[in-house]
Amino acid sequence: MIDWLFFSEIGLAGLGTGGLYALTALGFVLIYKATRVINMAMGEILMLGAYVFMGFTASTLLPIWLSILLAIACTGLIGGVIERVIIRPMLGESEISVFMVTIGLGSVLVGLVELIWGANPQRLIEFIPKEPIFIGEAYLSSKIGYAFVTAAIVLAVFLAIFRTWRGGVALRATAGDQAAAYSMGINVPMVFSSVWVISAMIAAGAGILVGSIGGISPEMGVYGLSVLVVVIVGGLDSLLGALIAGLMVGLIETYAGAYLGGEYKLLATFSLLVLVLILRPYGLFGTHEIERL
Amino acid sequence: MTNADPILDIQNIEVVYNNTIQVLRGLSLSVPRGAIVALLGSNGAGKSTTLKAISRLLEMEKGELKSGDILFDGQSVRADTPHGLVRRGLFHVMEGRRIFEDLTVEENMIAATYAGSNAEARKRFDLVYEYFPRLFERRKGLAGYLSGGEQQMLAIGRALIANPKIILLDEPSLGLSPLLTEEIFSIIARINNEQKTSMLIVEQNAAMAFAVADYGYIMETGRIMLDGPTSVLTDDPDVQEFYLGMSGGDDAGHKSFRDIKHYKRRKRWLS
Ligand SMILES: Nc1ncnc2c1ncn2[C@@H]1O[C@H](COP(=O)(O)OP(=O)(O)O)[C@@H](O)[C@H]1O
Ligand SMILES: [Mg+2]
Repeated sequence: MIDWLFFSEIGLAGLGTGGLYALTALGFVLIYKATRVINMAMGEILMLGAYVFMGFTASTLLPIWLSILLAIACTGLIGGVIERVIIRPMLGESEISVFMVTIGLGSVLVGLVELIWGANPQRLIEFIPKEPIFIGEAYLSSKIGYAFVTAAIVLAVFLAIFRTWRGGVALRATAGDQAAAYSMGINVPMVFSSVWVISAMIAAGAGILVGSIGGISPEMGVYGLSVLVVVIVGGLDSLLGALIAGLMVGLIETYAGAYLGGEYKLLATFSLLVLVLILRPYGLFGTHEIERL
Repeated sequence: MTNADPILDIQNIEVVYNNTIQVLRGLSLSVPRGAIVALLGSNGAGKSTTLKAISRLLEMEKGELKSGDILFDGQSVRADTPHGLVRRGLFHVMEGRRIFEDLTVEENMIAATYAGSNAEARKRFDLVYEYFPRLFERRKGLAGYLSGGEQQMLAIGRALIANPKIILLDEPSLGLSPLLTEEIFSIIARINNEQKTSMLIVEQNAAMAFAVADYGYIMETGRIMLDGPTSVLTDDPDVQEFYLGMSGGDDAGHKSFRDIKHYKRRKRWLS
């Protein structure tokens, strides 16, 4: 007998997890799409964003909403600095060297956070309403519910802007042909910076949500690995792919955890990864080959 | 070519790729305001490199302007960025058209609105559609599905959106049928005449380039070998043999050449 109530509760939780994956994957895909950089430090930037938020909430003077905005803004700024100081000088180097640099960047960020805030896990301040949400009879933890709604709104706004706003065209043009974009007056370096800033802001937002659900620690960056699975499944350069794959991975992971046991989560997601790569080497919606990965 | 205040003035430039391969060796040329100038030369002579040196796209390929200078509108381009130059009014239509295939025709044109104010640029969409009615029909479709000729039209159309003072055109006839080539060149002549846009056209199709150009340069291995008004170059026996392919009785080529010539006379007469 299938317990349908339990089944749908797990499904809701899975969607919540998936929404956060999709959000973080969006940041990852933006950078890859515009700059062809596989940013392995995405998880660490997410972690940094959560810590910066904790830093702001430590001073009780600031209202929570302001701390959230400040944390997102600061992390965005850090993203811009990373692009300008570390990534841009690598322009023209092989993709694999830039890839390695982002891995190194991840370790540096972990070290930095440990230096400032210590290596122990910490809890973020409680700011999400506690009353559980019921959809029909199915129970959903309020944190996951609010996280999902936030992620969904950000994603929807993003996809809409991307299709209509002129900057979206500049970004897609740069993604398609850098030299050609340059030749027609698009400020390509500015596109690169913007993408890193936006991406880091998204990561910070996701970090605050993820951290509010499960707490934060310097190792929180491994979250980036699940996101990597998501973007490979979805196709590295597809925003829609990030969205759908995020939900898929979230669902599969949560179902595997609930029905088979926590130790099967990774097995399930990696099985999905292998299956997708066999059937569609560019991911579900991707257009570019995942080389040298 | 002597001219008091040329729109583009290249003075004795040397260009090196990767710090090792020297491609341009003391090349000079200039484009008078409002003129069409043709730059001819065989494959690998350095024509595209010359254009990339002007528009500063050279740095994308690890090329460097080692010596000499390039003045656009009286000011050196050395301190400019590629996008900054577009804003100053210099537009480079790259070899192979380089349209954004995953974007629609209209989005390709939107991408060119960054050269100036958005509102001004939007007004010029109609102008592009006037010169290229076929782009209007296909404006909602993906640019990747356009034919070669239509892609070249789009590449020139994007330039028009930016309202440049000069357009650098790299082999607009590449891969096009003679008929389409003629169509493109007659529109190039019209744009020059009606919009007063100066042009520097790189071509392998010398007959077509000479038909619309006022002045021509011929380069070999990084240097100018010969230059003069196109009327003079056209009568030069060497040019006829090596660039215009007139030794044989190529009647079809001759005919289209004359047709364009006729167009140009009309253009002279109009202005
Ligand atoms: N990015 C580059 N790196 C190294 N060498 C190059 C590069 N681009 C062109 N070259 C070399 O410079 C020479 C001139 O090339 P190019 O300017 O493209 O000639 P053209 O346009 O006249 O055919 C060629 O020998 C070519 O191999
Ligand atoms: Mg060339």
